[in-house]
Amino acid sequence: MGILSLIVFIPFLTAIFILFAKSPKTIKSIALAGTGLHLLASFVLTYLFFNSPQNINPDPTGLSLQFVEKWDWFSSFGVSYFLGVDGISLAMILLTSVIIFTGVLASWNVENRSKEFFALLLLLVTGVFGVFVSFDLFLFFIFYEVAVLPMYLLIGIWGTGPKEYSAMKLTLMLMLGSAFLMVAFLGLFHLSGLNTFDMTKLAQVNFDLQTQRWIFPTLFVGFGILGALYPFHTWSPDGHASAPTAVSMLHAGVLMKLGGYGALRIAVYLLPEGAKEWALFFMALTTINILYGSLGAIKQKDLKYFTAYSSVSHCGMVLFGVATLNFIGFKGAVLQMVSHGLMTGLFFSLIGMVYGRTHTRIINEMGGLAKVMPWLATSFYIAGFASLGLPSLSGFVAESQIFMGGFMGNPWHDLTWMRVLTVLSTMSIVVTAVYVLRGLAQVFMGPITNLHFNELTDASLTEKVTTALLIASLFFVGLYPKFFVDMIEPAINPIINRLNM
Amino acid sequence: MVLLPTWMILAIPLLSFIINGLFVRRFSGHLAAKIGTIAIGFNFLFSLALAYYFFQSGELSTLEWHTEWLRFQSNLIIHIGVMIDPLSAMMLVVVNTISFFVHIYSLGYMHDDEGVGRFFSYLSLFTFSMLGLVVAPNLFQMYVFWELVGVSSFLLIGFYYTKPSAVSAAKKAFIVTRFADLGFLIGILLLGYLGLSVNQGQISSVYSPLDFLFLNNPDVGLQLASSGLLTTGLLLIFIGAAGKSALFPLHIWLPDAMEGPTPVSALIHAATMVVAGVYLVARLFPLFNLAPVALEVVSWVGLFTSLFAAVIACTQDDIKRVLAFSTLSQIGYMIFALGVASDLYPLGYTASLFHLFTHAFFKALLFLGAGSIIHAVHTNDVWQMGGLKKYMPITHITFLVAVLSISGIFPFSGFFSKDEILTAALESGHMTHYLVGLFVALLTSFYMGRIYFLTFWGQSRSHENASHHPHESTWVMTLPLVLLAILALSSGWLPFANYLWFAHKHDHHSLNMTVAFSGTLAAIIGLSSAWFLYSKNNFSKVQKIQTGMGQAYQIIKAKFYFDELYLFVTHKIVFNKIAGPIAWFDKKVVDGGVDLTGEMSQTFGQKLTLIQTGQVQNYIIWFIVGFITVLTLYYNTVL
Amino acid sequence: MNSHLLEWLIMSLFIFCVGIYGLLTRKSGVGLLISLELMINAGALNFISIHRFLYPAQVDAQVFVLFVIAIAAAEVLLALALFMLLIKKQQPVDITQLNHLKH
Repeated sequence: MGILSLIVFIPFLTAIFILFAKSPKTIKSIALAGTGLHLLASFVLTYLFFNSPQNINPDPTGLSLQFVEKWDWFSSFGVSYFLGVDGISLAMILLTSVIIFTGVLASWNVENRSKEFFALLLLLVTGVFGVFVSFDLFLFFIFYEVAVLPMYLLIGIWGTGPKEYSAMKLTLMLMLGSAFLMVAFLGLFHLSGLNTFDMTKLAQVNFDLQTQRWIFPTLFVGFGILGALYPFHTWSPDGHASAPTAVSMLHAGVLMKLGGYGALRIAVYLLPEGAKEWALFFMALTTINILYGSLGAIKQKDLKYFTAYSSVSHCGMVLFGVATLNFIGFKGAVLQMVSHGLMTGLFFSLIGMVYGRTHTRIINEMGGLAKVMPWLATSFYIAGFASLGLPSLSGFVAESQIFMGGFMGNPWHDLTWMRVLTVLSTMSIVVTAVYVLRGLAQVFMGPITNLHFNELTDASLTEKVTTALLIASLFFVGLYPKFFVDMIEPAINPIINRLNM
Repeated sequence: MVLLPTWMILAIPLLSFIINGLFVRRFSGHLAAKIGTIAIGFNFLFSLALAYYFFQSGELSTLEWHTEWLRFQSNLIIHIGVMIDPLSAMMLVVVNTISFFVHIYSLGYMHDDEGVGRFFSYLSLFTFSMLGLVVAPNLFQMYVFWELVGVSSFLLIGFYYTKPSAVSAAKKAFIVTRFADLGFLIGILLLGYLGLSVNQGQISSVYSPLDFLFLNNPDVGLQLASSGLLTTGLLLIFIGAAGKSALFPLHIWLPDAMEGPTPVSALIHAATMVVAGVYLVARLFPLFNLAPVALEVVSWVGLFTSLFAAVIACTQDDIKRVLAFSTLSQIGYMIFALGVASDLYPLGYTASLFHLFTHAFFKALLFLGAGSIIHAVHTNDVWQMGGLKKYMPITHITFLVAVLSISGIFPFSGFFSKDEILTAALESGHMTHYLVGLFVALLTSFYMGRIYFLTFWGQSRSHENASHHPHESTWVMTLPLVLLAILALSSGWLPFANYLWFAHKHDHHSLNMTVAFSGTLAAIIGLSSAWFLYSKNNFSKVQKIQTGMGQAYQIIKAKFYFDELYLFVTHKIVFNKIAGPIAWFDKKVVDGGVDLTGEMSQTFGQKLTLIQTGQVQNYIIWFIVGFITVLTLYYNTVL
Repeated sequence: MNSHLLEWLIMSLFIFCVGIYGLLTRKSGVGLLISLELMINAGALNFISIHRFLYPAQVDAQVFVLFVIAIAAAEVLLALALFMLLIKKQQPVDITQLNHLKH
């Protein structure tokens, strides 16, 4: 049993323990202990990753995976239990551990059926971790489904507002994405002629152009639906708005990154020729994402919808970075996954905290809250500044890489078009500033609008820990990007090399 | 270099911000204030020592310290560092001096405010950001700190955050400058790309494409110019400069920024942050020199701004607003001075920076003096002031020194720097610039004289209790005024051209008498007209002029309705015509499409269930029909 | 008898069609059962005549038809039992009313 299986299954085991617990307090403590242990395990993994002998693949187009665990599972179908980790996966693991830990903290007040809630949450996260370390397509798909399906229950039971509708819409749309993925995976399986789902072996295959031409968009759209690709993003606003706080944090912070991760890791890496055919088209689509999402956010009245549209815009940037087919762009995409995950986790946890006090999410009904909740107000502003890409926070590091990558162009696409799309995307820094500052000013600045607000309290201890941890992470990535850049760059090389072949 | 590593000059204000902001201010705001002031005081001395040693050493520039920060690709790595050269050394002195004096002043001015600890932490943050901007060895670091300066400004303008007008002003400042920063960012992307494609010579192996030592290298510059995109890149960067320096038409945020406490206006919006644009153009001047079109644009934008702002300043009643427009006008001078310079006539470069230097002192003095006045009479409106020279002697004298300086009267500092700018315009053949600049000098002395006379002379028009006389401010506030006045008097005599020059050292020749004479004449005309109209208690002549100008006066007073235009464009057009429809489209059409598929499946399913009639005989019919169909098919295909 | 196979087949087809017609148009449950019987018997007749045509010496088909008749009787018994229960509830055995399998 290797460290990676441990990483994947610790949340699952925690969930099992929870099912035996009786009181809500025990349940929460177990969840917290489990996720805390997990966070430590990811730090240990990171340390080992950097300090253990590196397993470098001599083939420049092959992945260099560490801590590999590979066992045959259904050998007649070419399915194996294949886990491994490289820089990109490691970054995502770190992100997810932080988000689930803070998510559990942020859910400290869930009383109704807390056992099932935490168990489902941890099951979901097991799936996520599994996806990030799987290198067998079949296994990948299983974990992917495990990550998506509990959302239906989590939103439908513990959500607010039109929760059944949102849960249904979200699950059905994501299932549609999975359907596309399944078709594509089976296509890859059959057309490779190798009778295997092993990603590293499939990466050696040069599929013919005709095949790549239809499988690539199927994959990209399939992943894109989860990654809020326009026009398949509409499950996101309602889904996030109706979901309970920790679920939104996990979903926007981590699950949506599965889409970007899959697009880069599977779609582009396995099908480079298909990528070259379709990348400009997707770049244009994601540019729409970026601008449309941020413009749409301006007019939202509900804080959660506001954040959800912001996520549509930022997740669009991830896919935009992938579509640039450029070393810097890829790096930016992965950095943006980390950065936005942290940022949106912070946003949603804060919204939950504010909502728990004011019992409204409508921006116009709040005002002047900074006076009574300075900690929450400051945290909100930090999250807002991260969102608009202020240097010294993680957003800037990621966005500058994405824009630079788009501007540099690639050898296969018209430079002018790429530049035009990049310039259009950069306009989002202004629009984001507009809606972030407007929204936050309305809620926190100015005189207190509702006298009842005077009674409200500022953050409690768990809330302070949650926000402090996320803010510290945002600053860490923003001030010392070298850590993540060093981690990610070697993992991107095989993908670029494959494209250049 | 000096006894301490140079990066300490950045570290000290940063530490002050962190310690004060996170810890000290929760216990004692006043302690935080003192810590902040001491920290910046130390920085002040340090900057003087640094500048002294640097200019003594005669070096052209030194890269004191740097470390890798952000890597794009192997040949594009961004470092964070500290670079000392004449330009940054001068700016270090200016920023630290003004910041220190403002800190001392604020000990008095902000003493009774409950947010005083927060205020001083923000001041430290600002100082740190501005210093980081000024010592940046590459364009990217400059952008990073540029944004941080923007945030500090946002926090300080919105300091009184329960006041809706302050909140609005902070938002507006940030958004307008962000819009400009967009241009800056695209310019950086473009220059980075161009820099990468420059022939990899000896230079590029050492420096990264965005380093100033790389970009300003003559060989590199020529190659960049030959790409044909240099002008575009520089103009984009100039847009960024125009935003921060509030040049037309991005000037709208600066008057509103007066919502912040007056020391903030003195520090940020007079002396330091707003000159960042001037600094940026000066920094990249070797490149601008190779793109004459860009320089032309720069000079005209600067000239127009200085005229535009001066005209408006003549009509404003809020003392801080007048000073804000005055700042806009003076920055216009600095910008157009850069615009008229070239390697043939480099005087404009020196003149611009000289004016930046002197202006910092007398403008800060004006603002702090205004703060002292506002503190005493509790109003910003000049029409409610009057006769203050009796009660506030120190403020009066120092304010007068500043007024004379900005008007360009010999021997005050403004005379030297402003004349140098006009000389640069004249000698390089930019006649229009010279004449308009002269006219603006006249207007400057006029509107400055106007507020001077209205505030200090005549009888008190205060609405306050007659027995409640305004009194002079405490020494904490008047000391900086005096120190700045001394600087405003003496800084003109500095042989600036020996330190900051472009292309070749400009011999500090004698004054151009034409310029000196005409400049002084313009100033005297302006001041005497102001004396004539405003120093007495009878304002009937003023009324006559105002009604005589009619509609034109109203338009000017309303700042040519640019603020209304800004609101119109943002609210009516962007919000309602663009963002609103997008939100609607997303909800009703795109999401509607999704809902439609859901409804369609439901309807289809419902229609399908009609087959289930429950009637056995219907089922039997289906059965028979199906059976016959299968048989027919079987017979047709198989047999 | 051999050469008259066709007549037998036509007759069994005729009876079968009468049975189908009755199946489709009768309202009464008992009518349905009678039609079903007709169809079963037509099928049996068909079966015997062809067998007799092919293998005149053997009796397999006739034995089989005995089974068929027995099964038909059993099935009718079951159906009549259900109808008896329905009549007890004072419902006429009208199959158009028995539509509880409808959505």
